[in-house]
Amino acid sequence: MTEQMNVTLALIAALPFVGALFPGLMIRAGRDACALSAGWATLSALILLLTLAPSVWDGETVVFQVEWMPLLGLNANFMLDGLGFLFGCMILGIGLLIILYARFYLSRDDPMGQFYTYLMLFQGAMLGIVLSDNILMMVVFWELTSLSSFLLIGYWKHTVAGRQGARMALTVTGLGGLALIGGMLLLGEAAGSYDLTEILQRREAIQDSPLYMPALLLILLGAFTKSAQFPFHFWLPHAMAAPTPVSAYLHSATMVKAGLFLMARLWPVLSGTDAWFYIVGTTGLVTMVIGAWIAIFKDDLKALLAYSTVSHLGLITMLLGFGTTAAATAAVLHIINHTIFKAALFMTAGIVDHEAHTRSIKRLGGLRHLMPITATLAIVTALSMAGIPLTNGFLSKELMLEEAAHTTWVSNPWIVPLFATIGAVLSATYAFRFIAHVFLGPVRHDYPSKPHDPPFGMYAAPALLAVLVMVVGVFPEATVGSFLQVVADSVTGQHLHLHELKLWHGFTPALGMSAAAIIGGLVLLSAYVPFEQFWKALPHPEAKAVFDAIVTTLHRGCGYFSNVLHDGRMTKYIAIFAVTTIAAGLYAFSSGPYLPGTRPMLTPTLVDYVGALLVISSTVAIINYHRSRLLVLVLIGINGLVVSIIFVRLSAPDLAMTQVTVEVVTLILMLLALHFLPKRTPRESSWNRIGRDMAISGAAGIAVAALAYALMTRDFSTISGYYLENAKPGGGGTNVVNVILVDFRGYDTFGEIIVLGIAALTIYALGEALMDGKASRTLANWVQHYPYSKDRHPLMMVVATRVMMPISLMVGVYIFLRGHNDPGGGFIAGLVVAIALLMQYMASGFSWASERIHIPYHSFIGWGVLVAGITGIGAWFAGQPFLTSAFGYVHIEPIEEFELATAMAFDLGVFLTVVGAVMLALYSLSRIARRTGETVNVAPMDFDPSAEDPLEEPR
Amino acid sequence: MEALLAIIIGLQTAGGLYLVMRLRTFSVIIGTALLTYSVNLFLFASGRLAINMPPIYSKYAEGYTDPLPQALVLTAIVISFGMTAVVVLIALGAFLESDTDQIDVRRDPQDLDLDPDEVPLDVDSREPGLQEPKGDFAQ
Repeated sequence: MTEQMNVTLALIAALPFVGALFPGLMIRAGRDACALSAGWATLSALILLLTLAPSVWDGETVVFQVEWMPLLGLNANFMLDGLGFLFGCMILGIGLLIILYARFYLSRDDPMGQFYTYLMLFQGAMLGIVLSDNILMMVVFWELTSLSSFLLIGYWKHTVAGRQGARMALTVTGLGGLALIGGMLLLGEAAGSYDLTEILQRREAIQDSPLYMPALLLILLGAFTKSAQFPFHFWLPHAMAAPTPVSAYLHSATMVKAGLFLMARLWPVLSGTDAWFYIVGTTGLVTMVIGAWIAIFKDDLKALLAYSTVSHLGLITMLLGFGTTAAATAAVLHIINHTIFKAALFMTAGIVDHEAHTRSIKRLGGLRHLMPITATLAIVTALSMAGIPLTNGFLSKELMLEEAAHTTWVSNPWIVPLFATIGAVLSATYAFRFIAHVFLGPVRHDYPSKPHDPPFGMYAAPALLAVLVMVVGVFPEATVGSFLQVVADSVTGQHLHLHELKLWHGFTPALGMSAAAIIGGLVLLSAYVPFEQFWKALPHPEAKAVFDAIVTTLHRGCGYFSNVLHDGRMTKYIAIFAVTTIAAGLYAFSSGPYLPGTRPMLTPTLVDYVGALLVISSTVAIINYHRSRLLVLVLIGINGLVVSIIFVRLSAPDLAMTQVTVEVVTLILMLLALHFLPKRTPRESSWNRIGRDMAISGAAGIAVAALAYALMTRDFSTISGYYLENAKPGGGGTNVVNVILVDFRGYDTFGEIIVLGIAALTIYALGEALMDGKASRTLANWVQHYPYSKDRHPLMMVVATRVMMPISLMVGVYIFLRGHNDPGGGFIAGLVVAIALLMQYMASGFSWASERIHIPYHSFIGWGVLVAGITGIGAWFAGQPFLTSAFGYVHIEPIEEFELATAMAFDLGVFLTVVGAVMLALYSLSRIARRTGETVNVAPMDFDPSAEDPLEEPR
Repeated sequence: MEALLAIIIGLQTAGGLYLVMRLRTFSVIIGTALLTYSVNLFLFASGRLAINMPPIYSKYAEGYTDPLPQALVLTAIVISFGMTAVVVLIALGAFLESDTDQIDVRRDPQDLDLDPDEVPLDVDSREPGLQEPKGDFAQ
């Protein structure tokens, strides 16, 4: 088999998706424009596909490959051989007819743009399945068909049946899709490749692999659910709630055929084993008989056709399951034939529904006099469904019976032929009923609407298909002979010597079975009334009820499970989490060898002991006095300050500066929040519980301490040497920590400031939400239990902060500028400046300060991220990756030579974001305070010392 | 020195975890603050300890400590500020919306009573700090 690269393939796969864009946008241009834009894309794709026909006929495989994630085996590879070509023609050809038909079928009230967009999405997904060379990509398209068919089946959103049918279809096919993903991954493992062209060459490797059986089961689960095989057949009739064009498309040519396509595609590697024969063959046989049996008694035209589809899908599945090349050929032929007659039948059923305003067979009859054209089309195609000679359905049904006649099932040669004949009898019965009870008989006078033939546009599509039914039926070899050869070769992966397709094979067992089927069908139909009585007496397990019961049970089970595990007690989760983590750590520790650390330790001095004592005593005090919230804030402040001293002591000046400034800002925020929270924590834990929590947290503390100690007393190599060596030559700075932040790991820092900005905006949004609803009312009725100081803005503080403001800003700028070479940088400078501003707010009051600062803090954050981002993008123009920094040295008299680095612009972004985030958080809290009706000072001080009576309120 | 720092880290973790398992939002916030210190110190300690060796180029330096954990911890400190601020506001909002600052969700939102296994004890008078104000402070 030769291969040929061709970009046309990718274009064909892309066209439906391009076409999906237009109808949704063009609905204002009218319904014709919508239909035309969808039809245009489909027609173009079909024509492109046909241009590849010569290569396919020559037995070539057309491929197109784009490497996407080659390491994962995920490539955008397309291939086209006979089988893909057949399905491509079906999808696009029938699609084109459906687009035409739907234009006339849908009413003015239906949103047609939406319809065509969904339809084209679905078409693209189907086309993707049949053109994919990579099985993982095929799975992606497979899922896409489930989703887009959900949209199509539920297109009439206002109907309950539509919504439920869509949900059921999505559940069943979606679950099958999940199984299929697993199956495909196993298949790829077994074959050693995810490309179909590779997989199809490795039959022995796959069938010998222990993964064959699980892969087969999972893949079949996917295929059976999609192709509505028993016992997953129940979703298909419920999907009939969709508009008829959708049913005609999904259930004749596409959706349900995807499962068959998958089985046919993988036939060369999966078939031929006992497991394949018994699972696939038996499932197909059972589905064929059950589907046909139920179809007979359905009064709804579309339900009859739906069960008939189930039955025919079973027939094809059974043929594929037989595992012989002749059976596979018959399956291919029936795929073609079924598509043609079933699409036409659905469309005629839609016409009847459209014209007579009912689909109930019980209310119809005699339509042949009122709508002769429709009747002719329906009768021709229904005869094909019944397998009457001179129609295409006869050809494949003969082949099927022929194959069935030669198949033994568990060494019994009678079972398969017997059930195949029963299936044929039943399917002849419902086909005859479809003809006799709808179109034959006397004209009635109680149709819901006076039926007549529809406009040409509506019956054009089924008429074309009916002609095909006859032409193929009469001249099979001339019309589909060579096509069948091409497709059958690609399905079986070998060159077959097919017998010529012909109507007369002589007196064979199949002919006898065929004749029996037709006669049996006529007999059963003539006895339909007692036959129906018999059916009504039988029990009818309602699949929907079972499905609903399963869904409800699962729902309850999941609810119970998550209620037990996830009952809203956070303290419980944390306890469970801590215990599990400690246990895992203990297990890991006890299961490995232990070597004591060898790294020499530092000797602590008196200072170190004092610092440790401070942290230890403040931590113990926090735990002891944690109910007294204000006290705890003081204690935690001590804790944080000593932590920053530890950083200084242990050679981390940058960390110390950051820690001190963050500590101040955090405490101010917590103080502000505490103003609105209870000032004390009630004692509500029992002693048992306290003991339990103490034990857990004590164990965790010991574990963490031991881990930290073990880490500190051992030597191990890190990548830090690189940073130390390259900070100056590569980043141009002597403060290695700052160079890492703004240069080596600038991407991290960029992410960090974005997170910080988002956090600040979240705070703002939360504050905004509190301005409304219950929280707002609580605040508006706030009663302050504690006395306020009469002197809220003390003169000394006001003056001091104002004098200090320029100095603090200066310090901020200084820390910012020296950051690259000495301790400092954007983070610290931002915090320092934020504190300087905070001091103004605290000393002089919020409104006084905000009247003088007109910049919204949101924009600080925005500008910060923007400046940092633009600095990073700037590197692109120098041909460097994002955030590569550059630096140089500048000498301007009379200043000393100094360095300029792009990293500084990046640091500016960091600076701005930090200032904005801190101030926005404060702003949000102060807004809450003002909501309580807190008096807002207008003057800088509450007291005017120059007034005669200073205690009088300032004006 | 290493042992001292390990004890500090362990104690802060234990205290933080204990407070996080309390039943009121404010305790949880303080607990996370303590946990933040201990985690930052732990990360910092993973670069091992060194005295008088800041990672800043100098002619007189005998050596440099590991700069990478410092850079990571620096951003961690700033981010933990952002996180604390968000949590503080969430706690505040929850209190204003529900009139309670309890952490655990009750089965019945109307039922503010404690669980049967959480027997409330009387408020301990030993505790110092802010007491409820006495007398009339009407302004």
